[in-house]
Amino acid sequence: MAKSLQPISGVVLDEATVYTLSELGRASGLGADDLLAMVEVGILEPLPERSRWCFSGTSVTRLQTALRLRRDLGVNPEGAALVLDLLEEVRRLRSLERQLFD
Amino acid sequence: MEYKDYYKTLGVSRDADKDAIKRAYRKLAHKYHPDVSKEPDAEERFKEVKEAYEVLSDPEKRAAYDQLGSGWRQGQSFEPPPGWEGHFDSGGGSAGASGLGGMGPEEFSEFFENLFGGGLGGGFGGRARGSAWGGGGGFSARGEDQHARIEIALEAAFHGDQQRIQVSVPEMDGQGRVFHRPHSLDVTIPAGIRDGQQIRLAGQGSPGLGGGPAGDLYLEVNIRPHRHFRLDGRDVYLDLPIAPWEAALGEKVRVPTLGGAVNLTIPAGAQSGQKLRLKGRGLPGSHAGDQYVVLQIHAPKPENEEQTELYRRMAASLSFNPRASLGV
Repeated sequence: MAKSLQPISGVVLDEATVYTLSELGRASGLGADDLLAMVEVGILEPLPERSRWCFSGTSVTRLQTALRLRRDLGVNPEGAALVLDLLEEVRRLRSLERQLFD
Repeated sequence: MEYKDYYKTLGVSRDADKDAIKRAYRKLAHKYHPDVSKEPDAEERFKEVKEAYEVLSDPEKRAAYDQLGSGWRQGQSFEPPPGWEGHFDSGGGSAGASGLGGMGPEEFSEFFENLFGGGLGGGFGGRARGSAWGGGGGFSARGEDQHARIEIALEAAFHGDQQRIQVSVPEMDGQGRVFHRPHSLDVTIPAGIRDGQQIRLAGQGSPGLGGGPAGDLYLEVNIRPHRHFRLDGRDVYLDLPIAPWEAALGEKVRVPTLGGAVNLTIPAGAQSGQKLRLKGRGLPGSHAGDQYVVLQIHAPKPENEEQTELYRRMAASLSFNPRASLGV
């Protein structure tokens, strides 16, 4: 029988999880300038109505994908922002397809 | 260990120039990159392509690889030639590690690591980061973040669950060579997790160097397709078969939901494709999803003369043309 391990819990990276700019910097290894560039091209979107920049957990997921695209395919931030938006559109359309045709 | 034919993996000849290798890599990387590919074995294929490019794009590594000769076949049993050790400094490579079955492509094969060594660099975007000089002047660095992926049943996403996962943790042996130690974790899956979401498990990534903190483990959760229910974010969809008379007359029927069967009133005159909402019966959370019931009218096949006669009487008394909207 498999040995029982102490279960561990984590944080779900969703809309309710909030990262400050410095937390995002620590998590990604990017400096403020790089993160600012990610905001400018739309990869990261600061949460509205906050006195300082904060980001949702879904931003972390977008940033991770953008960095993988840069590392593996040489996609620049502008291209990555476009890819991310198109990927979201593809996901939405696939979900719609499943609802209509499955 | 098995020999890897990197030229075959990239589909290039042994005398291919740098540009041809780059073009082949880009083409295959576009096809198999796990973030964009629909291919079922994309992760595995991408890992192979990435590893082949890592070697063939680096003149030093390629020259060393070519020295092994061209007489080897993909998958053939292989040991490094005597005196190979020391060709490459294992600390300087770009190969990190990702979770088993993970989405990071950084975990290279035993063949690669034996020939070229591994490394412990790379943040979640694959670049070195987080390193800091310790107060005592010694070098320390935060461990690498790892990525892993897990597939769970829809019921587990609804109720929450505990899942055992296996990750491989990179460690260095006495000679400074990187090896991967399998490590099991029992992870709590919170109720209401959605397809594609990530759980960040702090400190469960690769161990730090020189007393630096461990990295984090990012666990992507995928929900397996269900026989009956479909998901759209937090909302759940179910096709519900109903009889023609239930649709015509209206009826209270039992409907399965992920939390158990509930009663649903079908309104009189309901049609196929009509959607009825069961509020809050989707995935739980601060804004619980809804369940949408999509009605599907199933007409019974007449099985005896009496039933056939019933249909004839309906045909005679109902002047109904279901194709009227088609103009025929």
